[in-house]
Amino acid sequence: MTQAQLQETANLPAHSPEPGGTNWRTYFTFSTDHKVIGIQYLVTTFFFYLVGGALATAVRTELATPESDFVSREVYNGLFTVHATVMIFLWIVPAVTGGFGNFLVPLLIGARDMAFPRLNALAFWMIPPAGILLLCSFFVGSPGAGWTSYPPLSLTYDKAGEAIWILSVLVLGTSSIMAAVNFIVTIFMMRVPGMTLNRMPLFCWAMLATSALALLGTPVLAGALILLAFDLIVGTAFFNPTGGGDPVVYQHMFWFYSHPAVYIMILPVFGMISEILPVHARKPIFGYKAIAYSSIAISFLGLIVWAHHMFTSGTPPWLRMFFMINTMIIAVPTGIKVFSWLATIWGGKLRLNSAMLFAMGFISMFVIGGISGVMVASVPFDIHVHDTYFIVAHIHYVLFGGSVFGMYAGLYHWFPKMTGR
Amino acid sequence: MNIPSQITTLLIGIVLTLVSLWYGQNHGLLPVQASQEAPLIDGLFNLMMTISTGLFLIVQGVLIIAAFKFRHRPGDDTDGPPVEGNIPLEILWTAIPAVIVLSIAIYSFDVYDKIGGLNPMDHSVAHGTPTHQVARMPGAAMAATLADASETSETSENRNQEVQEAATQDPATDAVRDQSIPQQNDAPEFGVSSPRIGSTPDRQGKPPQFVVNVTGLQYAWLFTYPDSGVVSGELHVPVGRDVLLNISANDVLHAFWVPEYRLKQDAIPGRQSELRFTPSLIGEYSVICAELCGPYHGAMKTKVVAQTQTDFDAWLESQKVASSEGLNQAIALNAAEKSTADFLAPFVSDMGIDAKAIQQIHPDHAHHPL
Repeated sequence: MTQAQLQETANLPAHSPEPGGTNWRTYFTFSTDHKVIGIQYLVTTFFFYLVGGALATAVRTELATPESDFVSREVYNGLFTVHATVMIFLWIVPAVTGGFGNFLVPLLIGARDMAFPRLNALAFWMIPPAGILLLCSFFVGSPGAGWTSYPPLSLTYDKAGEAIWILSVLVLGTSSIMAAVNFIVTIFMMRVPGMTLNRMPLFCWAMLATSALALLGTPVLAGALILLAFDLIVGTAFFNPTGGGDPVVYQHMFWFYSHPAVYIMILPVFGMISEILPVHARKPIFGYKAIAYSSIAISFLGLIVWAHHMFTSGTPPWLRMFFMINTMIIAVPTGIKVFSWLATIWGGKLRLNSAMLFAMGFISMFVIGGISGVMVASVPFDIHVHDTYFIVAHIHYVLFGGSVFGMYAGLYHWFPKMTGR
Repeated sequence: MNIPSQITTLLIGIVLTLVSLWYGQNHGLLPVQASQEAPLIDGLFNLMMTISTGLFLIVQGVLIIAAFKFRHRPGDDTDGPPVEGNIPLEILWTAIPAVIVLSIAIYSFDVYDKIGGLNPMDHSVAHGTPTHQVARMPGAAMAATLADASETSETSENRNQEVQEAATQDPATDAVRDQSIPQQNDAPEFGVSSPRIGSTPDRQGKPPQFVVNVTGLQYAWLFTYPDSGVVSGELHVPVGRDVLLNISANDVLHAFWVPEYRLKQDAIPGRQSELRFTPSLIGEYSVICAELCGPYHGAMKTKVVAQTQTDFDAWLESQKVASSEGLNQAIALNAAEKSTADFLAPFVSDMGIDAKAIQQIHPDHAHHPL
């Protein structure tokens, strides 16, 4: 469709594409309604959030005593591997992009639906089978090489479990690429007439930046995983040092996606916070353009910082310096957002309801993750704390204190819109 | 009492600064400094902690003050002031973080340079021809492992041997060995650039005073002292000496980490990496594997013993005796000329040990000294 045609369809009055309205059965069908798909995403991913939480509880139960007495060592490694994979690929990424993105973006830009409704439904329906597949890996020998699945360890571990992990993440990655294409086209082509980019709600800016990252990064992850699967199943030696492969190449490919993945998980939440704070502070957002453009800046910088996960691996010194400086610069656009949010709150009439409290809790927790992020960006200090609980804490402040608090804020804020209650 | 707001702001600013400065020096988060590199890294962390404390208190303070001062009062249905931005303020809070992070980046760069991260030294000066090291080490490591009936698998050793043999037969490696490609001198074994830390400017070009070859394997560290041929499961180093570790791995990724030294380096199969440092404090510290390496990763620990030169020499002598008693035939043979399998054949039949028996040994004892 051309832009003109798309804009024509965007002008049509809103209607429910589900004839006869929606009832509970609609949510179990291949519905192409963006609101139905958004709810499908949110409910499904929330289920996987509970599963991931149960896995984390099992990990902590095992750690309650020094002995290995709750599960075997192999299963323990499987528990934290699947916990991380579920939380990242089955909860945060699909919930913030697929869930909130699908429900909100067409409403916020005045579009009738997403640009490719069937692609949208397909992207959602790839998630439940991939999730069930991943959890089934426990029955055949869990993947225990960590969510990073670094070779050669991932090649020496249980082959069936690892192969299932790779397949599952590949399917989830494909779903993520489909969603990203859909968001980019929708946001660029289907805005209501008069809504220039600079008048677009901040959540849409965030979704645009996120989708660009997902579109550029995820295929590289898919490439890495396909090569890993060849090494694992067919016996090639892309990453296997016994055949002349190089395990560090996998790390580069993996982190080229997986660092941007952190921004995929946090940028839409930045967008939601930028929508929620002004409403409950009864005050316009402070510095709209700065917040909007800082999303794009984070998206761009996010693509050129991946090797900061590899300061203790086989990276040459000049490369470490390059990635250290890039990583630290990300603190600037992120700082702009945090200060703008504080300025939005300052002098307002704060309605301290659940959505607002979670949004303020988000700022409070995310700031810890952001500050510790600058610390671990510093090469000499990272050489000490890399691969320790300092990093574990940093990522959980960003993803739990950040993304998950933000999603709770979004759920409370838009619950009436979503349910009519 | 009516205090002008400028004075309140000034007072809050002074208190914030003092609290940040105090906490930046007194956080108590880092272990003892046992190497000459540790104080440099701690200085950097303390500065980042100072700035972070200030920033943390400002953000949390604004949130808490706003939650009390600007909360909605019952009956007040008006909106807040329609302020949509303030360009000078926005420039200010873009410029200040930019200056801060660039300063931290420059400071980090300087510390990284001082601990030697930016100055690869001439590897060939350090310890003779590298091929000799490579061929000799796996055999010696295996012998020591067998002699002490500790844990490893024959297959992983053989695999490593194959890799290294393949690498030494590679014409590219020959070129490096002949040093006809000078820029690759820093990568003698496998023709890939290897990361390193520890060649400080004053040490640059000088050979390290003391070289240890470190091998990570599931789930133990092996330390080979190339000058004496001693193989140990613990790392003994003399304090005040400039130590170079040549780190490699036999099977999967491991990471050599001594928290008290603030240094960490991945052990990567198929590559050799280096860590150069100067222990400064007598004591025993943990060597921890920091990269997930399998089900018994958590047990992959040993210790580094930093001791005086006299104690170290005595220890090294005792180890030489121990090795020669257990392996007196090894002295007559040149291990470097034989493959691991050939070298081990007589010992294996003598001791009635086969690869299966070795694998049955419980890997949980990996942290026991060999």
